[in-house]
Amino acid sequence: MADIRVIESECVGCEACVDACPFGVVSMSNGIAVIGEGCNMCSACVDACPAGAIVIERNDEPVQKEEKEASGVWVFAEQRGGRIAGVVHELLGEGRKLAEALGQPLAAVLLGSDLSSRVPELAASGADIVYVADHPSLAMFSDDPYADVFARLIREEKPDIVLFGATSTGRSLAPRIAARLKTGLTADCTGLSIDPESKLLLQTRPAFGGNIMATIRCRYTKPQMATVRPKVMKRAAPDARRVAEVRQVRVDVDALRMRVKIDEFIEEAGEVVNLEDADIIVSGGRGLGDPKHFSLIEELARTLGGAVGASRAAVDAGWIPYSHQVGQTGKTVCPKVYIAVGISGAIQHLAGMQSSDIIVAINKNPDAPIFQVATYGIVGDLFQVVPKITEEFRKAMAE
Amino acid sequence: MKVIVCIKQVPDTTEVKIDPKTNTLIREGVPSIINPFDTYAIEEGIRLKETYGGTVTVISMGPPQVKESLKEAIAMGADEAYLLSDRAFAGSDTLATSYTLASGIRFLGGADLIICGKQAIDGDTAQVGPGIAEELDIPHITYVKKIRQIDDSRIVVERMVEGGIEVATTMLPALITVVKDINQPRLPSLKGIMRAKRTEIRVLGASDLGVDQTRTGLDGSPTEVIRIFTPEVRAKGEMLDGDVEQQARTLVERLKAARVI
Repeated sequence: MADIRVIESECVGCEACVDACPFGVVSMSNGIAVIGEGCNMCSACVDACPAGAIVIERNDEPVQKEEKEASGVWVFAEQRGGRIAGVVHELLGEGRKLAEALGQPLAAVLLGSDLSSRVPELAASGADIVYVADHPSLAMFSDDPYADVFARLIREEKPDIVLFGATSTGRSLAPRIAARLKTGLTADCTGLSIDPESKLLLQTRPAFGGNIMATIRCRYTKPQMATVRPKVMKRAAPDARRVAEVRQVRVDVDALRMRVKIDEFIEEAGEVVNLEDADIIVSGGRGLGDPKHFSLIEELARTLGGAVGASRAAVDAGWIPYSHQVGQTGKTVCPKVYIAVGISGAIQHLAGMQSSDIIVAINKNPDAPIFQVATYGIVGDLFQVVPKITEEFRKAMAE
Repeated sequence: MKVIVCIKQVPDTTEVKIDPKTNTLIREGVPSIINPFDTYAIEEGIRLKETYGGTVTVISMGPPQVKESLKEAIAMGADEAYLLSDRAFAGSDTLATSYTLASGIRFLGGADLIICGKQAIDGDTAQVGPGIAEELDIPHITYVKKIRQIDDSRIVVERMVEGGIEVATTMLPALITVVKDINQPRLPSLKGIMRAKRTEIRVLGASDLGVDQTRTGLDGSPTEVIRIFTPEVRAKGEMLDGDVEQQARTLVERLKAARVI
C-alpha cells in the first residue's frame, strides 16, 4: 500500500511542511512533523521539506507493455444542433502544439448525425484526422451512446491523449469514459504541456476556487484525459487549405444503450449570449439596490455584445435567475473582459471570475476587495458611471 | 423509495483568508463544512422521502472527523449515515473515490436513486458522480435543477445546460447531481440535533467493503499531483481618475488599446 511518512531522524523541525500543507493536516509533535488524518498525499510538504525528511512510497508498478504504443492527440468535437462548440477550436489550437511536441497526429472525434460538412472547419483549426461517427441516434448528445461509441473507439485506436471542453457535456461524458477505461482524468485544466523527458502530459488546474494551482500527471494508464476550460486556450487562425483524413467510425446500433432520453430543450428566454460563450460579461451585485436596476447591466451588456452575470447576493435576493450566478456555487467564467458593477468581491465571487483577462470594477466603496483583482477600477456611483460608460462604448463601437 | 446521498467534507472557504504577504491561503482554524452543493442533495433526498416515503442514507469517504458532517445530515432528517474510512483510501483521486463510494453503495444493497452535489468546492472536479454511476453501471444525469416527476421505475428532471434547460427522462436506479437552484436546504431541527447526537455513525473499512485494494487510495489513483503552487498575483490594477466623464473615456481607450472592443 502506498503511504506517506516522516523520517524522524532527518526532520529538522523547521515547520515548512506545516505551512505548505494545503489541507492543514501536518502538525508538530516534540519538534517532529506528524502527518495527520485527511492527508491527500498531494506532495506539497515533500517539496517544501528542506531536509528531504518526508517521503511518499508508491507501489511503482511496471508500465504494462501494450501490443501497440499509444499514439495520437484527440479532441472531442462537441456539437449541438450541428454547430461545433467554440472550445473545440481552442482545443485543436492547443492540441496542435501537444501533437507537435510528441510527433503524433492530431485528431478530432465527431459524433452526431449528418455532420460531414463540419469536417473542413475541424481541419482548418488543425486536425490531421477526423473520426466521424455518423448516426441518427447520435444526433443529440446523450451520455450512454456517446460513451459507448467513444470508449470503444479509444480501445481500438489507443490514443495517447484525449481532450474535452469543460462544458456541461464534456464534464458529464469524460468522467464516464475515464471510469470505463480506468484511466486518469483531470478536470478543468487551464494549462497543458508535454514533459520533455517523460513525454507525459502535464496538466495544470486551479483548485480551492483558484487560490492554488496543481500540476497533475497520469503515468501508468492511457489515454491521459483532461477537460479544459473554455476561453483559456487560444484558437489558431483557421487555415482553409488544410485537409484532414476522414475516418468513418462504425456505429453498432444494437450495442448502443439509450437509458437517458432528452425530451426537449428549453431555451432561456431573451438570452442573446451565454455566460459560457461570452467574450465580455457584465455582472451586477447587491449595489444595484433593486431588481429593476439590472436594466442598466443589460443595457451595457447589449451594447458590448456581452452576457449578463450576477453575484450570489443578487441571485439569492431573487433579482435574477440562478443561471446567471458567477462564483463558487454558480458558474466559473473567464471572458476577455469582466465588468463587475456593485459587487464587493467576496472570495466566493472571485473564485468564479478571477481568471478573466481584464477585470473592470465599478464600486462606490474604495476598500471593496474587488479592486484587489481589478485591472481597471472606478470608484463612484454606479448609477452615474454605468450609463456614462454605456454611452461612451456606444460611440466607440459606432466609429 | 431508497435514496443514497453522497457527501464530502470540505474546508469552509468563507473562512479562508489570503495572506497578503505570501498570497497563500491561511488555513489555520478553518472549520470544515458539508460541501455546499451536497446540502442541496441531502435536502432533495429528504423531500423525496417526505413525499413518497422510503429512506435516505448518507455516505461519505474520508477521515474520522467527517462523522461530524454525517451527523449534521442526520440532524437535517436523513435516516442513517455511513463513513467509508480506511488508511487504504488515503490519497484517492476521483477514479479511486468513485470506486470506493460505489463499493459502499453496493455494500448497502444499492439504491433507487443516488444523489450527489454538482461538484465539491475544494476540488471542483464534478467527476465523482458520473464515475460512481459508471462503476455501478447505471445511468446518470448531471446539473439537475428540478425533479419534475419520479415513480418506482423512472425519473424526469430538468438539467441546466449552456443557454437553457434540457428535460431528460431516465429509468431507475439512476444517479443525479444537483445544482443550487433545486431547493433551499432546511436548518436542522432541535429534535434532529438530539437524534443526531444519539445516532452512531458506522465506519466501514476496506475489508468490510471487500474492495480490491489495488483500486483504492493512492494505488488506485491513475492521476498524481506533482506540484502545488500559488497562482501568479495579478498585476496591480489602475484606478481611473477624474470625473465620471473622464473615467468612462479612459476605460473605453484602455479596452480599445487592448483590442477587446
